[in-house]
Parts: sequence; structure tokens; C-alpha cells
Amino acid sequence: MTFYQLIFYAFSTVAVFSGLMVVASNNPVRGALFLVLTFFAMSGVWLLLQAEFLALILVLVYVGAVMTLFLFVVMMLRVNVVGMFEGFVRYFPLALFVIMVIAGISIMVIGPARFGLLSMPAPGIKPDDFSNIKEIGMVLYTDYAYPFEISAVMLLTAIIAAISLSHRKTKK
Amino acid sequence: MMEGLLLLGLIVIKIVAIILVLLLTVAYLTFFERKVLGYIQVRIGPNRVGPRGLFQPFADIIKLLCKEIIIPNASNRYLFIFAPIISLGTSIAAWSVIPFQKSIVLADINAGVLFILALSSLGVYGILIAGWASNSKYAMFGALRAAAQSISYEICMGFALVGVMMAAGSLNFQTIVMAQEGGVWHWYWLPLLPLFLVYWISGVAETNRLPFDVAEGESEIVAGFHVEYSGTAFALFFLAEYANMVLISALISLLFLGGWLSPFQGIPYLETWFSFVPGIVWFLLKLSFFLLVYLWIRGTFPRYRYDQIMRLGWKILLPVTIVWIVVVAMAVQFNVAPWFAS
Repeated sequence: MTFYQLIFYAFSTVAVFSGLMVVASNNPVRGALFLVLTFFAMSGVWLLLQAEFLALILVLVYVGAVMTLFLFVVMMLRVNVVGMFEGFVRYFPLALFVIMVIAGISIMVIGPARFGLLSMPAPGIKPDDFSNIKEIGMVLYTDYAYPFEISAVMLLTAIIAAISLSHRKTKK
Repeated sequence: MMEGLLLLGLIVIKIVAIILVLLLTVAYLTFFERKVLGYIQVRIGPNRVGPRGLFQPFADIIKLLCKEIIIPNASNRYLFIFAPIISLGTSIAAWSVIPFQKSIVLADINAGVLFILALSSLGVYGILIAGWASNSKYAMFGALRAAAQSISYEICMGFALVGVMMAAGSLNFQTIVMAQEGGVWHWYWLPLLPLFLVYWISGVAETNRLPFDVAEGESEIVAGFHVEYSGTAFALFFLAEYANMVLISALISLLFLGGWLSPFQGIPYLETWFSFVPGIVWFLLKLSFFLLVYLWIRGTFPRYRYDQIMRLGWKILLPVTIVWIVVVAMAVQFNVAPWFAS
């Protein structure tokens, strides 16, 4: 086993374990913290794929901003842990069905047929001056310019909607 | 195999050297802070331990190490112990990409600026987890305040850095410093003046220092997020805060004040007279200046109220940065002389 593989397996084990713990832990704050760990481990895996820009942005945006806000809200909630497992047995068959459907769809979409090594070869060693950011910018503003702009407009709409919903007029 | 081990050993030695110097700096920074605050308040400050009180930091360290670590019964044990480790770990790990002089750096990576941003955004988890795991009302309030504050100011910091990245055309610290070559007027503090000020202010806010220390707020919530901590666990938080101060000062000097570049570059006579000074001296001088200003601000300003902090962050600093990013983009696009003429 090479050093790279060792790092890969370490990070992916942490990612899978903490991903499971997000669902399994009965304290919502702990669940959120495990989600943070999952993101962190995934960014480690992405670093191995030489996608350092995406990996660092994942930490910056999801861990640094989104999850902080999540925790901010979750910490202030009072969740009744005792009643959480009520009806576990009753809903179990339904849950199993939903899980199987979701797993099936995921395997079909991101399975080896589309994302196998044949269709998506692993990135080789890049030259020293290879810039992730330039490559992404290139693709984002040429091939994917429309989806990019449309998602930006959608986000803007969401911001305006959120502000207009929560805005309180000051009385004069 | 031997070569690999040798390389590993060299890296470990470098890491140990950086951490040792950093810890010593932090120790004397606390001493310096007490002295400066003392003189600002017309006192003498600590002067009992050793000549002129110079051994005071060691007395403090020994005291903190010998104290008992109290873990509250109602706390979340593992997270309670884990929190200070996150705080210190992130603030030390960030030093791996800081260049002290041309090509004197532990890890010369292309996305250095982004790496620092990502790590500093991780740092808030130390505070957040500490506040929650303590299971105490004051600590909880400190954690919530820290979370809200760090999100608001991280955005300003990130945008201010976007300006620097555009101006230098790179995310590598060495390239950014070298792009500022050519004397004081070519350093980025001038063409990016609003971003420089915004970065400085949000740097102070990011380290939870006065006047933005609502997360601790001794007079309001006792000691905020670390109210339940004692002994070594508390010392780790303390270390992390001061290591972050040094880090932010280093970042400002690298990104906006030309890092290790001499201020006399391009000035006749002065340039040759001072050419014997190694770059690291200039870098440390700039860094020390910002550290002094940290203490100066602490001795001068009263604490902001929570809503005032939010107002400053979202309604003043953020619009200023966004406007100036557009200005910088224009300047870079049209090669405005003398800074962006390429």
C-alpha cells in the first residue's frame, strides 16, 4: 500500500464513519459536529484528487460558514431526545423501502457506469504551475456560463425574498 | 527510503523550529501586552520576576501548567477537552504556509491564501464547541456571539483577500509579496487602501480582541466561552488567541505591506545603506508594529455593543469591500499605472 492510499483510506474511513454518526447520534448538536467532520474528511479526499481549490472552498464555505450557522440554530433548539425513537419499529419497513430507492437511484447515477475509471480517469501528476482556479474559471465562464449565471440569479432572488420576508419596517 | 526519512526529519525539524519560536513569541507578547497596557495607564506593569520582570511569562506558564483542570460534571467530556485542541491546532497549522523571507517557508503551496482562510474559518469551532460542551449559560452566550461575529467578519476578510488575489494574480504568498516589489508606494496598502483597512479591522474582530471581544466580555458574561476552563486547557485557549494575533499581523504585513521587502527600495542612497538588512528583519518589524497596534487599540477603545458590531460588519465594511473589488477589477483589466501596469 502506498502512502497516498494510506491517506485516502484514512480520510474515507473517517468520512464514512462520521457520515453514519450524523444519522445515528441522538444529540442534534453532535450530529451537526459529525457532519462538520464529514466535510473535513471529504475535503482531504478531494485534496488527493488534486482539486485543492474545491477542497479548500468546501472547508471555507460549508464548514466555516454554513455549518456554523447550522450549529448556531441547532444549539438554541431544545430537542426532546426521549421521544425521538417512538414508532421506530412501525415505520421501519417504509424507511427500508425509501433507503433502497434512494440507494438504487444513487448507484444508477453515480455508479461505475458513469463515473468509473474508464470514463473519468484519475488525474495524473500536474506540472507545478498548474492552476486549479484558472481551469475552473475557464470552464465556468465558457462552457457553463448560462447555468452559472442562472444559479446566481436564483440565489439573488432567494436573498431578496428572505430579506423581504424578515424585514420589519421601522415606525416613524 | 533513506531519502524519504531524511526529508521527513527535515520537515519535522522545521515544524518544531516554527512552533518553538511562535510559543516564545506568544509568551513574550503577553508580557509585552501587560507592560504596554501598564504604561498606557501610567503604571509600571509586571517588574518582580527576574530583571525588569523579564521572567514573568515563565512564571505564568508554570502557574497555569500546575493548576488542576476542572471538568464540569454536566459537561460533554470529550468535546470539552477537544475544543481547546482545535483552537490551538488551527492557529498553529496556518503558519505552515507563511513565508518569512524569499523561499524560506515550510510549505510553498499555490493556494496559500485560501488555505489560511479555510483554517481561520475552522478556528471558530474551538470556541463554539467549548461554549456548548461546557453546558453553562455564560459559555453558551459567548459561543453564540462568537459564531455570529466570525461569520460576519469572515465574509469581509474573504472579500478583502479577493482584491489582493486579483491585484497579484496569484494565491501564493511569495508571488503576492513579489508582486508588490518597488518601494513603499507599490505595496498594496495604497492601491487597496479600503481593503487594507477592512482587513485590519476584521482581523482584530476575527481574533476576538478588544474592541470586538464580545465572545469573552468579562463585564457582561464573565469570561464567555472559556468560563469553565482552568489550568492547561485554559492556557491552550490563551495561546491560540495570541498565536492568532501574531498570525493576523503577519498576514497583514505580507498581503498589504510587502512582507520582507525593504521600505527603502527605489530610494537612492538609503537603499544601498540598508541593503545589508536581511528581509526577515523588515518582515518582523512590520509584524511587531501591528502587534503593538493590537495592544494600543485595547488600551484605547471601549467594547462595541453586539448590534454595533453587526452593523459595522454588514452595513459598512461589506459594501466598502464589494465596491473596491469592482474598482480593483477595473484597474487590473485596464492596467492602471503604476500599480497594475504589467
